[in-house]
Amino acid sequence: MLTQAVRRLFVAVPTLLCIIAGAFFLMHAAPGGPFTKERQMPPEIERRLEHQYGLDLPVGEQLQRYVGGLLRGDLGPSMVYKDKTVADILAEGAPTSAVLGLGAMTLALLLGGGLGVVAAVRQNKAQDYAVMALAIVGVCLPPLVIGPLMQLLFGIQWGVLPTSGLYRDEFRLGYLVLPVITLSLPLVAIISRLMRASMIEALRSNAVRTARAKGLPEAQVIWRHALPVAMLPVISYAGPALAGAMAGSFVVETVFQLPGIGKQFVLAAGQRDYTLVMGVVLVYSVLIIVFNLLADLAYRVLDPRTRTP
Amino acid sequence: MTDILLDETPSAPDVVKGRSLWEDARRRLMRNPAAVVSLYVMAVLVLLAAFGPFLWVHKFNEIFPDQVAIAPTLTDMHLLGTDTVGRDMVARVLFGLGISLLVGAAATLVALTIGVAWGATAGFLGGFVDEAMMRFVDVLYAIPFVFFVIVLMTVVQSDDATANLLLIFMAIGAVEWLTMSRIVRGQAISLRKREFVEAARAAGATPMQIVFRHIVPNVLGPVVVFATLNIPVIILTESFLSFIGLGVQEPLTSLGRLIKEGTDQMVTSPWMLIAPATTMLVTLLALNFLGDGLSDALDPKER
Repeated sequence: MLTQAVRRLFVAVPTLLCIIAGAFFLMHAAPGGPFTKERQMPPEIERRLEHQYGLDLPVGEQLQRYVGGLLRGDLGPSMVYKDKTVADILAEGAPTSAVLGLGAMTLALLLGGGLGVVAAVRQNKAQDYAVMALAIVGVCLPPLVIGPLMQLLFGIQWGVLPTSGLYRDEFRLGYLVLPVITLSLPLVAIISRLMRASMIEALRSNAVRTARAKGLPEAQVIWRHALPVAMLPVISYAGPALAGAMAGSFVVETVFQLPGIGKQFVLAAGQRDYTLVMGVVLVYSVLIIVFNLLADLAYRVLDPRTRTP
Repeated sequence: MTDILLDETPSAPDVVKGRSLWEDARRRLMRNPAAVVSLYVMAVLVLLAAFGPFLWVHKFNEIFPDQVAIAPTLTDMHLLGTDTVGRDMVARVLFGLGISLLVGAAATLVALTIGVAWGATAGFLGGFVDEAMMRFVDVLYAIPFVFFVIVLMTVVQSDDATANLLLIFMAIGAVEWLTMSRIVRGQAISLRKREFVEAARAAGATPMQIVFRHIVPNVLGPVVVFATLNIPVIILTESFLSFIGLGVQEPLTSLGRLIKEGTDQMVTSPWMLIAPATTMLVTLLALNFLGDGLSDALDPKER
């Protein structure tokens, strides 16, 4: 298993290089640059700026320089925020996005997973229909409606939770409640559906039939024999989904005015802040690769069929 | 399954099996009340979106300067009120619904075409080609979707609203085909070694013919299910694009754009949010129930 993981990490390096190159060329294919402004700069100043950031070189050479910088651990300077490096900006925003994403995914796994199990165990009964109705509504409600709606209800009408921001005088957990719920609702919906489907299948499996035949109590059959197998599809989904959630959500960060990298990313892409965009892409790709790997490892631990004795 | 396959002659491989499979699925779909209701709801919504804007008394871009942001009223038939510019909300919701459905259908079509062709080719050819094609998909998967759309939308920058709409189809479709190609590839791999493919090869069919005449028709089941469930995803994606200002541009509008405008006026003029949000919810619910029904109906295990 360890060799497998190491081999996957080695494959990850060329994959990462491809992603960087792909994103780099895509970004430079977009018209305009970081110094294209409404008000035209004198051409010689613009040329000097471009020279300073190496933007006057051929794109291939720029990529080479960028990757060279990465190898030395240098993400480069931001091209729009003149006094900050990309590493500074990421260090400011990434923790907020990561906490939001982790919180949302934890909530989604607990709530969605639990609801899915209940629905599967009570298949075609009232509880099942209730959970599935909830899940389908959850998929259909866009966060950009849910977010403002919850702000209005919890924050303004009832005044129980803060509507936005992260600090007033000190950091309080209350500020994270609404954004985490908003971010996790679609995840809850998808996970509960996945969980229900795979749990139904697991409950029909021969292993579960044997466990029942042995006379094990139903709770033990469900928790010990059916659940580990039923969790597999959920885990393969949760890996990349967690990466996506931790890389920040533009909608949630905008609606709740949180300083995360999801918002930074969209703004940076609009302003052609090449290095900042590449920085976020890099964070996202590394997260994707790592969580896919972790999901696969968890898969091996849980799935009795792929377990090596 | 096998006895059906044995009946097939190389000259009419899909027709025989296809008909019975689809007929069977149709019957099972019709037994699912949620799916049937959704089918009717979708029919009504499509008709409303197609003809509503022409039949309704107001036009979607007609401005009533003395009736700005009024609540739902019978005066002048502003049944859902007007927006902050003084445009009739019924007309705008009908028009927005049409654009949203159009975006959903067109982008799905783009995703479908690329995804099916890519996945079927990779799965059928296998080996090195398959490996290379799927690694390409993996790489694209790891590039954040917003980034793609932003770049695509700005590379072919256009101030023309209609051209911009086409661009949205392309941009979303260009992102959504990835999952499609994975599904189709998995199916194609399991089909590759089947008897009817071998029969076709023995009869001298070229790889291209085998992929498009024999593999593709047989993966249509999961493809249809994915497409149905993908339309709501795309409608939500478009609303996200509208939120960041890259979606449908004025004078056109979409449900997502209307919702975005509605959330800004949520406290003072709630009807501006309620009407488009409800319409979108109903549309997405119907499409989701329909997709679930189709996936049950086409599931070979349920037969």
